[in-house]
Amino acid sequence: MTAIPTLALSIGWGTTLAIKTLIILAIIPLGALILGYVFLLKMMSHMQSRLGPMDPGGFHGWYQLVGDGLKFLQKEDIMPAQSDRRVFAAAPAVVVLSTFLVFLVIPVGPDLVDKSLNVGVFYALAVSSLSVIGVLMAGWASANKYALLGALRAAAQLIAYELPLLLAVVGVVIQAGTLSLQGIVLSQQHGAIFGFGGLGQPFILTQFFGFALFLVAAQAELTQTPFDMPVAESELVAGYMVEYTGFRFLFFFIGEFGTAFGFAAIAATLFLGGWALPGVHGTWADILGPGVLFIKLMAVAFLMFWVRFTYPRLREDQLQALAWKVLIPLGLANILLTGVFKVAF
Amino acid sequence: MTEFYRQYLSVAVLIGAAALMFGAMLGAGRLLRPNRPQPEKFITYEAGSDPVGGWGQSNVRYYVYALLFVMFDVEAVFIFPWAVNLKSLGVYGLIEMAVFIIVLTLGLVYAWRKGVLRWA
Repeated sequence: MTAIPTLALSIGWGTTLAIKTLIILAIIPLGALILGYVFLLKMMSHMQSRLGPMDPGGFHGWYQLVGDGLKFLQKEDIMPAQSDRRVFAAAPAVVVLSTFLVFLVIPVGPDLVDKSLNVGVFYALAVSSLSVIGVLMAGWASANKYALLGALRAAAQLIAYELPLLLAVVGVVIQAGTLSLQGIVLSQQHGAIFGFGGLGQPFILTQFFGFALFLVAAQAELTQTPFDMPVAESELVAGYMVEYTGFRFLFFFIGEFGTAFGFAAIAATLFLGGWALPGVHGTWADILGPGVLFIKLMAVAFLMFWVRFTYPRLREDQLQALAWKVLIPLGLANILLTGVFKVAF
Repeated sequence: MTEFYRQYLSVAVLIGAAALMFGAMLGAGRLLRPNRPQPEKFITYEAGSDPVGGWGQSNVRYYVYALLFVMFDVEAVFIFPWAVNLKSLGVYGLIEMAVFIIVLTLGLVYAWRKGVLRWA
């Protein structure tokens, strides 16, 4: 091979682990803030003509997010007298923890997060569904009717849409022949479009169907509109979050937007080529990789939030019917088709 | 320690670090926030009116969905190793999986025809 120096320095794995852990701890609140600021406050304000978040501070209301953060800091911590206190206190942490664990396997460069779990995408899907336990804990421990209804709806929805999400990923795994997210990125980078290998081959070209399926299922997993029955504020006053205040409520917020960040990053890695940019190799890929991945994931997140701000809410029975009668059969058909193509060519 | 254990150790370390961070955030919040307890604040929220009863009950209508979910989730566990090795399994593996998926789809169709996929 060529003598390009790489960033694969021989630092001990303990140091690597410490650095990686700290970066993950920093990136999730940051990612949640970025998505909250860019999409929830600014894009939503423009799309729905909301004037409030555009007002405080000078340019485009930049002060709004700071103000919201300060507000959460000084809220009193209230636990309802009837609640199951320990479960009530632990529930938000469980929800955010599942978000943190997802980020462990997302590669941002050829040598960064290289030693991730070789079951990569399988692990990411498994830990991302841990949040349903936190949601059920929150709803049950609140001793509140709205919270319980919201949590039960959330559980029904999360398990129903977990399956299309898994099935959409299987198509990519068949094409790449590996579960490791790093391996999936590399196989896209080394792929070829009709024999032309200069651009690699992002799986969105062959798995466009899987990409659409993944986005719909991810939208439901995030309980974003049009799938926000569990947190429908007009009928359930925010569902399982109704009794939470201050920091514990902020945890749910970080969990929601951090998971949106994580799902967007996974979608960008699986279908858009992750950190890879055509013609960039070696150390440059390590340096540019995080930026490239960030741009790709913001593009995916834009799609998610665009849908969120555009469509009205589905009814609960429509929501279940969509998962079981449309998405799951389509996902199974996608797997068989992809398998036939893989074996035939 | 082998690479395999190191990979899973990183999961454990991350869980520990995240727990520390939650503790630090809640601790900082405790120092910053006011604390003026009044009995009215601890009443269960019911849109402003006095709550009726305490712990609510709800009819879990979707236990059939949960059963179906377990069926398909186990299927997914079988599909992933197959998907990784499809190239080496070839036509044989493809036909095997087609049979497996068709049997499961029959199960779904049965549930559908029985009317349990109706949220009533």
